[in-house]
Amino acid sequence: MDTNIRKKALVEEFAPMLEKYSKLTKIWMGVLIAIILVGLYAFVLQVTKGHIVTGMRDNVVWGIYIINFIFFVGISYSGAFISGILHFYKTPWKNSVSRIVEIITVLSMLIGPVFILLCIGRLDRLHYLFIYPRIQSPITWDIIAVMTDLFACFLYLYLTFIPDLAILRDHSDRLNVPNWQKKVYKFLAIGYQDSPSQRERLHKITRTMSSLVIIMAIVAYSVLAWIFSLTLQPGWNSTIFAPYFIVAGLYSGVGIIIISLFVIRKYFKLDAYIIKKHFDVAGIILLIMALLYGYFTFTDYFSKWFSSKADDTKLLDVLFTRYFWAFIFANYIGILIPIAIMLIKRLRTIKWITFAAVIAVLGLWLNRYLIVVPSLETPYIPIQDVRPEFVHYTATWVEYALSFTGVAAFMLFFTFLAKFVPVIPISGIIEHEEMKAFQKKSKKVTKES
Amino acid sequence: MENTNNNNSRRKFLKLGLISGVSVAASATLASCSSDEKLESGEKMRLLTPDGKIVEVDAVHLNKYPEAIITPKESREGIPNKKFVMVIDLAKCSNARACVENCQKAHDLDPHQEFLKIQLIQNNENTEPYWFPKPCYHCDEPPCVTVCPTGATYKRDDSIVLIDNNRCIGCKFCVTSCPYSARQFNWGHKASFDRKDIPYSPETSVPGAEGTVIKCDFCPDLLRQGELPHCAKACPNGVIYFGDKNEDIVTNGVDTYQFSKLINDRGGYRHMESLGTKPNVYYLPPVEKEYPLERGFEDYPEGKERYKDVPIVNKLKDQGKI
Repeated sequence: MDTNIRKKALVEEFAPMLEKYSKLTKIWMGVLIAIILVGLYAFVLQVTKGHIVTGMRDNVVWGIYIINFIFFVGISYSGAFISGILHFYKTPWKNSVSRIVEIITVLSMLIGPVFILLCIGRLDRLHYLFIYPRIQSPITWDIIAVMTDLFACFLYLYLTFIPDLAILRDHSDRLNVPNWQKKVYKFLAIGYQDSPSQRERLHKITRTMSSLVIIMAIVAYSVLAWIFSLTLQPGWNSTIFAPYFIVAGLYSGVGIIIISLFVIRKYFKLDAYIIKKHFDVAGIILLIMALLYGYFTFTDYFSKWFSSKADDTKLLDVLFTRYFWAFIFANYIGILIPIAIMLIKRLRTIKWITFAAVIAVLGLWLNRYLIVVPSLETPYIPIQDVRPEFVHYTATWVEYALSFTGVAAFMLFFTFLAKFVPVIPISGIIEHEEMKAFQKKSKKVTKES
Repeated sequence: MENTNNNNSRRKFLKLGLISGVSVAASATLASCSSDEKLESGEKMRLLTPDGKIVEVDAVHLNKYPEAIITPKESREGIPNKKFVMVIDLAKCSNARACVENCQKAHDLDPHQEFLKIQLIQNNENTEPYWFPKPCYHCDEPPCVTVCPTGATYKRDDSIVLIDNNRCIGCKFCVTSCPYSARQFNWGHKASFDRKDIPYSPETSVPGAEGTVIKCDFCPDLLRQGELPHCAKACPNGVIYFGDKNEDIVTNGVDTYQFSKLINDRGGYRHMESLGTKPNVYYLPPVEKEYPLERGFEDYPEGKERYKDVPIVNKLKDQGKI
């Protein structure tokens, strides 16, 4: 009975988050939808006129679409990894961030693969991948891995939603939301009553899924790295790409999580739930990842530079001339600034940690760009062409519009989900309080005896 | 005068090529005989087979089969008992670009789309640059075929690597996996893609299709007729030899050589052997070049811009040679 009252109180507390669409929210969503509409127009243009409207040409056949693909899937991978690990620890503070991390995981896994579809010249023949599959192609591996991972992430997110959906169903009289939404709560809660046996079973399943999700993410992201490293292309044909991509994915993912925490905390005024401690811990993970990622980046480029094979030298020459500032930003600023911020104690404030995260995320995107584009611009056989657009790649507005559409869609879906289920799991708060009460009681009992 | 001579002798050797291609014709004839009985013309032709036997074939059966269009499904089977190979004599190339143009015409390519690219290569600062025609190498270990997720590109028994543009989804993975940049992409639409009068065959690569990958196909449609590929036919200098490894014979239409002897005597090599792709295109090194490098710029004013990254180009410009 006691928990029921508490549940009701919590539903009432979080109700405003689900109920009203403030003016600011409406403007925000309007902007996002506008960006998406522009992106849709760009997409129609690309489908009707062909890939000629992009900046991709015979040498750089993959542009920022594939970079966005790596980027989003990397974030998802990182989210899966972190939320999986969170489920193994009984830390009191994990509850406030776990749902945010899980939502990031699923949404980026949903958006990432759309970008790979944008790279495909004949979307009308997409089903050929299933009609005429060839298992030795790394693309087939990638499709299998990404689809499995997406399904697992969805399932995982849903599992973590169930207790809250049940609470929202039980206390829907306290919620001023449309009737259909209440019906959806009821339907999706699949009769969960939070009985001890149900709770235990759900916990078990969720824990199994969280370890599975970690493994799947590692597999999926390694396969993605292999798309590049299994080719003979100088700059790509590297043995460290799979672990390098995983570390890079974690780095950007932690960055995105920090930025999301910052925004959500501000927007929903969740200062009581998302506290400085969260930023500190996430900041430390960011620091560790920055060190690891910097180490991998250094090893990769250092061995290329030191052994100075002609083809590698050609690539490095391009990186240090045409892409000089991009290289400096991606691989120096993008790594060293977050490290510096985390090492200087005075700078370890919420704002500065978020700033470090922004730098890390931007730097990492640029790092992916430098892996994809300059490598394709320096193939074994030198590009000799009179058409400048065939020699160097520049993304067109179509590509940028669609890239921003991906980001906007991510934010829009996030907003919708945050309006559907509280971003802080109610069930988690209750479980934590129950655990604390139980510990107190048992302490008392041991004292008395 | 020299020209007519050349033409005459080429025609003769085309016939020779035809004869060397008789094993195709013969086996094809047998196949077609059983399905549709043709009236014999009574005109017998005596042909020399690769193993030195003289056979008599009725004239009707010659070249009949190759005129049939090879469907995408049929194109997955190679021409029986063949192993096609190309030898490019770098000493004779003057960047005349006849090969490129003839290929473009035959494959309905735009002026800058080249299945066969002529690169200007300088191996190191101490050696002279040279013209380097680069078709698809039709590798025996083709990375492009391995990575194709739908089997749109395939390796045939006759060593040819083809693309079926009805099957290609345009993922471009093959383009990135080819270390020789042999593959291109149809980025936009062209009116000629809609042509209905010529049925599509991977052996001719026409009509093209938007959003699919294209590349040099070794012209199997011509090979079936015992002719040389468009590039080899067009070359005024006889740079490109084409032939069959099984028969151990290559010809540029004028001279015919024993393939193994030619590459052994002349130091033939394959480009970037270390990659392990086992190309079927061999190069004869650019020794005792027949033409000065400047020749390549005479009828190709674009070359000054195209090859500007090769140091010699600026030097020649300064010297006023181009």
